[in-house]
Amino acid sequence: MVHQLRTMATKVLTPLTRSKHPHLKRGPFKKLQQEDINYFRTVLGSNQITTETDAHNIDLFNLYRGSSKLCLFPKSTEQVSSILAYCNDQHLAVVPQGGNTGVSGGAVPVFDEIVVNMSKFNRIRAFDDLSGIATVDGGVILEQLDQYLAPKGYTVPLDLGAKGSCQIAGNVSTNAGGLRLLRFGNLHGNVLGLEVVLPDGTILDDLSTLRKNNTGYDLKQLFIGAEGTLGMVTGVSLLTPIRPSSVNVTLVAMSSFEKVLQAYVSAKDHLGEILSAFEFWDMSSIKVVESKMEMEAFPVSQSDAPFYALVETQGSRDDHDKLKLEHYLESLMAEDVVLDGVLAQDDKQMRSLWQWREKIPEAIVACGPALTYDVSMDIRLFKQMVDSTMKHFEQKGLIGNTYQNIIGFGHIGDGNLHIMANMTGFDHNAQEVFDKYVFEWALANKGSISAEHGIGIHKVDYMERSKRGKNQLPLMNKIKNTLDPRGIMNPYKLLPE
Amino acid sequence: MSNPLRIFVPVKRVVDFAVKVRVNPAKTDVDRNVKHSMNPFDEIAVEEAVRIKEAKKAEKKEVEVVAISCGTAKAQETLRTALAMGADRAVHVEVKDDATLQPLAVAKLLKAFTDKEEKKPDLFILGKQAIDDDANQTGQMLAGLLNWPQTTFASKVTIENEALKVTREIDGGLETLETKIPAIITTDLRLNEPRYASLPNIMKAKKKPLVKITPEDLGIDVSPRIQTIKVEEPAKREGGRKVESVDELVDKLKNEAKVL
Repeated sequence: MVHQLRTMATKVLTPLTRSKHPHLKRGPFKKLQQEDINYFRTVLGSNQITTETDAHNIDLFNLYRGSSKLCLFPKSTEQVSSILAYCNDQHLAVVPQGGNTGVSGGAVPVFDEIVVNMSKFNRIRAFDDLSGIATVDGGVILEQLDQYLAPKGYTVPLDLGAKGSCQIAGNVSTNAGGLRLLRFGNLHGNVLGLEVVLPDGTILDDLSTLRKNNTGYDLKQLFIGAEGTLGMVTGVSLLTPIRPSSVNVTLVAMSSFEKVLQAYVSAKDHLGEILSAFEFWDMSSIKVVESKMEMEAFPVSQSDAPFYALVETQGSRDDHDKLKLEHYLESLMAEDVVLDGVLAQDDKQMRSLWQWREKIPEAIVACGPALTYDVSMDIRLFKQMVDSTMKHFEQKGLIGNTYQNIIGFGHIGDGNLHIMANMTGFDHNAQEVFDKYVFEWALANKGSISAEHGIGIHKVDYMERSKRGKNQLPLMNKIKNTLDPRGIMNPYKLLPE
Repeated sequence: MSNPLRIFVPVKRVVDFAVKVRVNPAKTDVDRNVKHSMNPFDEIAVEEAVRIKEAKKAEKKEVEVVAISCGTAKAQETLRTALAMGADRAVHVEVKDDATLQPLAVAKLLKAFTDKEEKKPDLFILGKQAIDDDANQTGQMLAGLLNWPQTTFASKVTIENEALKVTREIDGGLETLETKIPAIITTDLRLNEPRYASLPNIMKAKKKPLVKITPEDLGIDVSPRIQTIKVEEPAKREGGRKVESVDELVDKLKNEAKVL
């Protein structure tokens, strides 16, 4: 999926980030010299250094592009330590990079920062099949870990569309959420230990495999979601849940958003502990997917309902789960909460149903330059937010010429709405205008401008206005300055200058 | 052809095709404590029967689709799926242990059931094979026992009055057969794309009749004629290697792989 995305996306390259953000000035960092490359050659093998940096300078959505001249591929914690110690000493800026599937531009350079890519640092170090705790190198791909766990009867606690490419250290550094947060919680709970290399090269070994360990400040929590600005995550010990043997998926059509909320409340009630995902999307999302992706006919015969929801259950006993699901579906039909729906009868049908939700972002990117937003909000306001956005730009006469395909979808269970749209061409001003509307709406309604996608470079300018930013930026800066006094770790991202 | 046209569809509950099958510790069977679903070729059979029913409805002709499954109590789940896809009624031939139920026994049960039924079937549509045993025998054996024509590996089915026209997938391409009803059809992959079970139909399915009978009721002995001695995993695939020269390649093919 990622490879396809990249081929589609790089037909016309987005302008350089520094041209889009002319107010950004390159920091007082050293410019890369031959002596620096020579040093790295003493630390790394010849196949661990490249000056062919095109693929590492651009993000998945073709929105952010830098001009790094060097990409390094460490294979061990010691190598990462040597790299960072040297860069800190020489005042060379560094961008940590994993699978490069982030959507906020946090994993690509802005200027000529050196890219330190974890892709070759990818061994699964250990797995305890009694506790379900896996210890892995930071470059392990999420799906790779999941495939390792499957025959042992365990599963990774998070699932996202980019699982075939995203790496664990990246997931941790962005506190990735995904489709199963509802069931397994987020990484702050599932990460039991981290091995981090600090900006000065110090190796911080907090790789614990203990479920409970109240012995002082829980420093690893700082690095979870720090987007690579406080250090590089090189090792993770992760609690993995038992793989469910019974999975069921139903897709339902509803006549209004109120019914979506009703279906959700009813799901919590009837399905209880087996509820593992509750995703929703609007009809426009379906139209976009149908237009760009090779899909079979839409499974629900009512294909023009305003809203659809996918409900998934996971458990250890199929007959128990099916009984609960039957009662749930019966009540949905009897109380007219849904217009129609289907229940997957086998694994193939389950995957097909999920495709209708998982292909939405890919479909929008296939339509052209894409705008993507990820807000946390009271779920009662989801429809209102999408409608207001559409109305606002309609009234300005911008729908159809500047913007198209405004769609809303997301994780009802987590209070996380995704709004996506297309722009005609790479118009940075058009992006800023849309950003402003969406972010200000979220802030005005007590929401967050970033539920799970992170700040990266996309939302740095809004940090001072987000609730957390307003109150906590001074302390965040203190911590940043303590750990990274020379400011070499992923500069220009997350924290405003 | 009686009015209505009666189509019997035998369906089998098998390990879901997406499950990574593993051999049990005793090496006597695979681990069956995994997700099960209707045999994919049987889904195609049910779908075809329901499509015939829908097509004939437009011509104001009635069709009855009867789903039958031979197995333990869990076979009823599979029958409910068939009912939710559009079958009219279901018959469960309850067998104590279906791990040893083999195609000949199933064919005999179906023949005995047909003999006993007052309202005789006009067509049997079966999946070409079950994905657990890959036997590809039940349809053919049933045709032999009933002395009916068989049209196997169907990729297209048309019914015109008393005539059945079936296109089959064979090694050389496609072959079209014409025969009279009653007949046996076994389905191949490209015959159709099975529909999803819709919620309204799942609810309706609960009210459709499901009758339970036993092999004793039909006077059939279902004990297996073939015994499975051992079940093993295939040898692990060894990694490939690069060679430096043609001579080295020939040497390895001769002395290591022993294929020259």
